[in-house]
Amino acid sequence: MTQIQNAPARAEADAPREPLLVARGVRKRFGEHEVLKGIDLQVGRGETVVILGPSGSGKSTFLRCINLLERPEGGRIQVGGLDIGYTERGGRLYEVSNRELARRRSHVGMVFQQFNLFSHMTVLENIIEAPMGVRGKSRAHAVDEARQLLARVGVAEKESSYPRQLSGGQQQRVAIARSLAMHPDLMLFDEPTSALDPELVGEVLATMRDLADGGLTMVVVTHEIGFAREVADRVVFMDGGVIVEQGRPEDVIDAPANPRTRAFLARFL
Amino acid sequence: MTQTEAAVLGTTAGTATIEQAVRRKHPWRWVAAGVVLVLLALLVQLLITDPNFQWGTVAAYLRAESIIKGLGTTLMLTVIAMSIGIVLGVILAVCRLSKNPLLRWVSSAYIWFFRGTPTLIQLIFFYNLSALLPHLSFGIPFGPVLFSVSTNSVITPLLAAILGLGLNEGAYMAEIIRGGLLSVDPGQREAAESLGMSGFRIFRRVILPQAMRFIIPPTGNQVISMVKGTSLVSVIALSDLLYSAQAIYNRTFETIPLLIVACIWYLAVTSVLYVGQHFVERHFGRSVRVSTGYWNFLRIRPRPAAPELGTADKEVL
Repeated sequence: MTQIQNAPARAEADAPREPLLVARGVRKRFGEHEVLKGIDLQVGRGETVVILGPSGSGKSTFLRCINLLERPEGGRIQVGGLDIGYTERGGRLYEVSNRELARRRSHVGMVFQQFNLFSHMTVLENIIEAPMGVRGKSRAHAVDEARQLLARVGVAEKESSYPRQLSGGQQQRVAIARSLAMHPDLMLFDEPTSALDPELVGEVLATMRDLADGGLTMVVVTHEIGFAREVADRVVFMDGGVIVEQGRPEDVIDAPANPRTRAFLARFL
Repeated sequence: MTQTEAAVLGTTAGTATIEQAVRRKHPWRWVAAGVVLVLLALLVQLLITDPNFQWGTVAAYLRAESIIKGLGTTLMLTVIAMSIGIVLGVILAVCRLSKNPLLRWVSSAYIWFFRGTPTLIQLIFFYNLSALLPHLSFGIPFGPVLFSVSTNSVITPLLAAILGLGLNEGAYMAEIIRGGLLSVDPGQREAAESLGMSGFRIFRRVILPQAMRFIIPPTGNQVISMVKGTSLVSVIALSDLLYSAQAIYNRTFETIPLLIVACIWYLAVTSVLYVGQHFVERHFGRSVRVSTGYWNFLRIRPRPAAPELGTADKEVL
C-alpha cells in the first residue's frame, strides 16, 4: 500500500476499481461563506480524476480537505479506508494524535501551485528530507532513490542547486519528485501549472501524464482543459461548492449536460 | 548609426564617444571634505595636546590584570545571558504563536513585564531577592518542602546579573524570533505537513532555518547591545569591565583615562562582533544569493550531499 501500484493501463479505465478515496457530504465554510456544500466523490485506485471549475468553486478547498490542510466541518473523507485525521470507535469519530495525523498524511502526496520547495535546502536535500526524517530511511538509500526520481522528472543535473536557481517548471518537477519519494498512495495536485510561464506548462504536464500512465492515483485541480481531455479517466466539474457534473472527459468536456459546465468551458474554446 | 536613425534622433552623431565624455564637477563634495578635514584636525589636536587624556595612563592600564579579568567577566556574561535569552526567546516565541491560548497568554504576560520594566531595576531586584524571598525551597506545591536554602547563599552578584540580563533578553529575543517565524511563507509549513513531517521536525528543519535569515541581523544587534548592556551590572558590584575600571579610578582619580580604557575594549569587542555578524548573515542568506565561492570552505551546512556539491553555487539561471 505504500508502493506506487502498477495499476491497470488506461485502456481498462472503465473497469470497476477498488475505491481509494471516498468523500461523502463534505462541507466547509470560511466565516459566513459556505465553500463546500456537500461533496460526494469516489476515486478508484490508479484512477486520474481532474477537477475543473471556475475560481471560487471550492475545488482547491476540497483538495486541501483531503489531507486535512483544511478541516472540513461535515461529512467524511477516507483514503484507503482510513480517515486522515480521525479514528472511528463505537460509531463516533475521534481526532487522532498529531503523530498519527502526520503518519497518515505521509501516504497522501500534494503538489502546490507555488511549488513550496524548502528554499534553504538544495534539490537533493528537499527530496531526501521526509524519507529520512519521517520514514527513517538511510541517507544512502534516500539519496539513491532521490536521484532516480530526479532522473524520472528530468532534472537530474540540478540536484545540488537551490530552488531559486531553477525555473518554475523545474521547481514544480522537483516538488513532484519530493512527493513521490514518500511513495504516496494518492497524489493531489493543486493547480500545479497556474504559477508557471506559459512555455513551462508543457514540461510539468508531461511529467504528470507519465505518472498517470504509470498507474498513480491522482486528483488534479487544474484549468488545463487539454490535459483533462487527454489524461483524465474522469472529469469532475465543480461550481458554487457542489459537484455539478462528472463523467468521462469526452462527455463532460465535449458534450456537457449542465448549462454551468457549458458556460465555463465556452471560455476555453 | 545610419543617417535615417540619426535623423530620427534629431541630431547628427559626431565622432565623440561616451568614453571621452567630460564628467560633471562636484564642488560641494570638496567643500564638505574640507569641513570634515578641519574638524578631524581639531579632534586630533585635542587628543594629542590635551594632557587630561593622560595617554600614558591609558597605555599603562589597557592590559592591567584587573581590566583583563573584567573584560573576561563582561564577555562571559554576554555569552551566558545571550544564550539564556535566545533559548528563552525561542520558547516564548513558539508559545506566543501556539494554538494553546494559555501558552499565548503566559508568553505575552512575560514579554509585557520584562520589556516594560528597566533592566537596571530588574538587576537590582534579583540582587536583593533575599529581601522578598529569604529562603528558596524545593518541594511539592502547597505540600512538604524537600529542601530549602537561604537566598543570600544562592544569589551571588554573578547569578543576579545572569538572571537579570538573561530573563530580560529573553523577552526581546522572543519578539525578534516571533517576527522571523512569521516571515516564513506558510506554504513551507503546508508542504512539510503534507509530507507527513511532525510538528517539531517541521519547526527544526523547515521553519527555523528559514526564519534565521530574518532573526540573525537583529540578533547581532542584540549581542552588541548586550556587550554594552552588561556594564549595568557594575551597580550590583560584579567586577565586569566597567566596574574594574571604576575600582581603579576610585582609588587613583584617573577617571578619564580609565573610562577610555574601558571604551577601547568595548569598541574592540563590538568591532569583532560586527565582522562576525556579517559572515553569519552571509551564511544564512546563502540560498537566496549566489555564493562567490571563497565562503564555501567555511560553511557548515549544507552537508556535502553529493560529490559534485559546490558546482551549483556558481550557476545562475
